[in-house]
Amino acid sequence: MFIKRVFVGLIPVMVFILLWESIAQLNLVPNYIFPAFSDVMREFYQLIVSGILLANLLCSLSRVLIGFLLGAAAGIAVGIVMGSKDVIDKSFNPIFSILYPIPVLGWAPLLMIWIGINDLLPVALIFLCSFFPVLYNTITGIKSVDREVIKAARILGASDRKILSSVVLPLAVPNIFTGLRLEAGMAWRVVIAAEMVAIPTGIGALMMRSESLLRMDVIIVCLMVLSVMCLSFERFFQVMENRITNGWR
Amino acid sequence: MPTIELRCVSNYVFSNLNLEVFDGELLVVLGPNGAGKTTLLNIIAGLAKYKGAVLFDGVPVDKTPVNERQIGYIFQNLALFPHLDVASNVGYSLMIKGQEKEENMQKVDELLQLTKIEHLKDRYPKNLSGGEKQRVALARALASSPKVLLLDEPFNSLDIGMCECLRKEIRQVQREMGITTVFVTHNLADVAEMGNRVVVLNNGKIWLMPPEMFKKDGDNGNHIHHDCLHCVMDCYCKHAH
Repeated sequence: MFIKRVFVGLIPVMVFILLWESIAQLNLVPNYIFPAFSDVMREFYQLIVSGILLANLLCSLSRVLIGFLLGAAAGIAVGIVMGSKDVIDKSFNPIFSILYPIPVLGWAPLLMIWIGINDLLPVALIFLCSFFPVLYNTITGIKSVDREVIKAARILGASDRKILSSVVLPLAVPNIFTGLRLEAGMAWRVVIAAEMVAIPTGIGALMMRSESLLRMDVIIVCLMVLSVMCLSFERFFQVMENRITNGWR
Repeated sequence: MPTIELRCVSNYVFSNLNLEVFDGELLVVLGPNGAGKTTLLNIIAGLAKYKGAVLFDGVPVDKTPVNERQIGYIFQNLALFPHLDVASNVGYSLMIKGQEKEENMQKVDELLQLTKIEHLKDRYPKNLSGGEKQRVALARALASSPKVLLLDEPFNSLDIGMCECLRKEIRQVQREMGITTVFVTHNLADVAEMGNRVVVLNNGKIWLMPPEMFKKDGDNGNHIHHDCLHCVMDCYCKHAH
């Protein structure tokens, strides 16, 4: 059954690659504009062997990890406080409601002036991109916990803190993880944009350099790597969520 | 001295409500939807705001926080913890008290046995039937060794056969443990089978009724054998006058 499913999933990919290779081999379009799949794979191998791809990937990965972890941690922490204390929610909600709709790249010019064009810029952008959605998902998760369940815990003798740690947070996990999963992919999109605009290292910067040299094969390799990284991050959180909520959802 | 006493309790439903529940008895509170049955339980539990006084064993508990009132409460929707398995649901109150794990396990096993759900201990609430959930809720409420047990229409979503079976079991457990219990319902069948004393709650007022009045056909006594709650209400009004 599993083999059949994999096989069925692979057929469209194989057809796509075959079509791509055939069209490129027909030489209807110059190779530097539309490289063949085999050329892309060759370049992929070259980039790995030379260490260029890994070096740039590590730069981007470290920015994503730092920015995302800080943003998500802050989002969860503030979300817990706002979700469990109505007064704080009502006080801060207007500010966050104004800031949340601003597209994260809209902050770039401001941050360039405030913190300069350095490694901190993409980290700050990813922080902002992760913070707000995780914050709102955490608040929603906490507020959507059945009030009767909270009353039941209180009647059984639990203090506010115990209710938060043993009932509210575990039940908010699915919502929190939805935010983490969506923003993990988004963090990669943001880091690429930041590196394309301002930073000389990372996958985004490698793509910009390749564009100026008309190296479409390198750009396609970078896009493939990005796709794999976005999917891996999203999948990681999906697996984590399933593992944590295994059985009761 | 009554175990629970409500003195001149007033809020958005009640005005100057007085009620006494005696040690070890099962008081049935009968009333139509919207009569304030759940509010009455919430007042006893400390979950609803009120003016007046609530006393447990003669001691006012109005300023005692909910988590220190030593109450077992079975909610209408049962409110089981969906993320905990049956054993953890039942042992929740023991866990938060920080008791020894082995001691907890032993008590949980005893309660699971008492409520006949020991075979379900590893299941999550989503995988339980209505009757099984009911038993888990009862075991969980009893785990904290409460002074008072409050039951809020717990048989609402169950079929007739399961209701009868659970009524008997709850009655038996309540008698065995001697817990003072308040059971609210709008179902006359519950009244006939469960209560030591029956009070009728309507329009924010309470009247005491003899349970014989609610006996089914074939039982002895001056029964009224009405199936309709409103007929009972009419009858009780005449009785009160």
